[in-house]
Amino acid sequence: MIDYNFDWGIIWQQPYGPLFLNGIKTTLILSACAWILAFCLGILVSVFRVSSSKPLRFFGATYVEVFRNIPLLVQVFFWYFAMPSLFPKPMELWLYDNISNLPFFLGILALAFYTSARVSEVFRSTLLSVPHGQYRAAYSTGLTPYKTYRFVVLPYAFRLSIPPLTTEFLSCFKNSALTMTIGVLEITGTTAYIESFTWRGLEVTTAASFSYLVITLCIIALMAFVEKKTRIAGMIHQAR
Amino acid sequence: MDWTVISRNIDFLLGGLVVTFQLAVISLAGGIFFGVLLGLARISSRKYISCPATLYIHFFRSQPLILVIFWFYFFVPILFGKPMSAFISAIIGFIAFETAYFAEIIRGGIQSISKGQMQAAYATGMKHHQVMRYIVLPQALKNMLPSLMTQSIVLFQDTSLAYVIGLQEFLRRTSLVDSREVKSIELYLFSALVYLVICLTMSLFVRRFENKVHQGV
Repeated sequence: MIDYNFDWGIIWQQPYGPLFLNGIKTTLILSACAWILAFCLGILVSVFRVSSSKPLRFFGATYVEVFRNIPLLVQVFFWYFAMPSLFPKPMELWLYDNISNLPFFLGILALAFYTSARVSEVFRSTLLSVPHGQYRAAYSTGLTPYKTYRFVVLPYAFRLSIPPLTTEFLSCFKNSALTMTIGVLEITGTTAYIESFTWRGLEVTTAASFSYLVITLCIIALMAFVEKKTRIAGMIHQAR
Repeated sequence: MDWTVISRNIDFLLGGLVVTFQLAVISLAGGIFFGVLLGLARISSRKYISCPATLYIHFFRSQPLILVIFWFYFFVPILFGKPMSAFISAIIGFIAFETAYFAEIIRGGIQSISKGQMQAAYATGMKHHQVMRYIVLPQALKNMLPSLMTQSIVLFQDTSLAYVIGLQEFLRRTSLVDSREVKSIELYLFSALVYLVICLTMSLFVRRFENKVHQGV
């Protein structure tokens, strides 16, 4: 049935083995950088969304709707193809010529903004799910609004948001594959690259699928551990 | 800025939007159909049914969609020795991928129905498939409609990934026009705006519907 001679050695062969490992490294660095940026932006936007100022709330809502409702691939293309040409011509050329990692950095930006909209929704819903009694109790003990957030609400909300944030991080990690379309050699990009030299796409793509699977499982295991360690006493946590 | 580039190529671009909608609707129908089956298989009490279903769901949820599309376009045809058109393989890829996500939504919906409903149905002498078909699924579907619709919006956005196998859907056509006319800002802003308007309309609809469901309870 299968008319194909497998040659699994290709994955370990020079120079493809190191190239593939480098792809895994790039995926991890890219998604980690995008995640850190998205996390900070997400917190900021979620604070805007629950603030009492109407313009800030409007800004937050617009931000979330724009970045959430445009496909990530369109956003990636916009950052890479359209954004540099917003600058004056000499600067645009300088960008393309002198920054060898331009696709990598713009990929991080695109992924970060897309993910931040989702992260801010997670934060918003967990902030809203903190029971009102917590605020009242904190205020009645004489805490200022800042201290209420710092010592009562945020520690509580962060722990509630760990499971949905894990999901968002995993999507961010998988979405990093889209940066291959602008030439970033992460796992999927490397796979296509090696395939174009060796015609051994089946083996390399299997290795890629396997890498994504293993990394995802590792992250899930790690986060299940973190979740268990930071469990809020008295809350019912569903077993996964 | 030269916005005439859009009006000059509007027919070509809108043709791509039609392909995008075809992809989305067919994959949505397939994804929900197989999603229901897989979701039911996942909560089956028979190990030899629930185990493969669980493995399938976990496997596909750990893969990036772009890789799944590559699999179905380049490699599954090698394994079976039959070439497939980009459209067909994109649809198979989307269905295979989205089924896993729909299955999880459907499992959540079914598990949200109280046990008493099933017990009452069994007590009236219904068989398992009758209980599912007439008692559990209708109620579960109503509970999970908001999540199903949200996932449909995600699916609609995901169809842009068919770009990578050269299928001429909306985004591919945008980039084709761009490579001929070199008007990146106008073209990508336009395509972003089209996706934004469509998805925003759908998500506003979902939100209104969600409020209605909550009021109904």
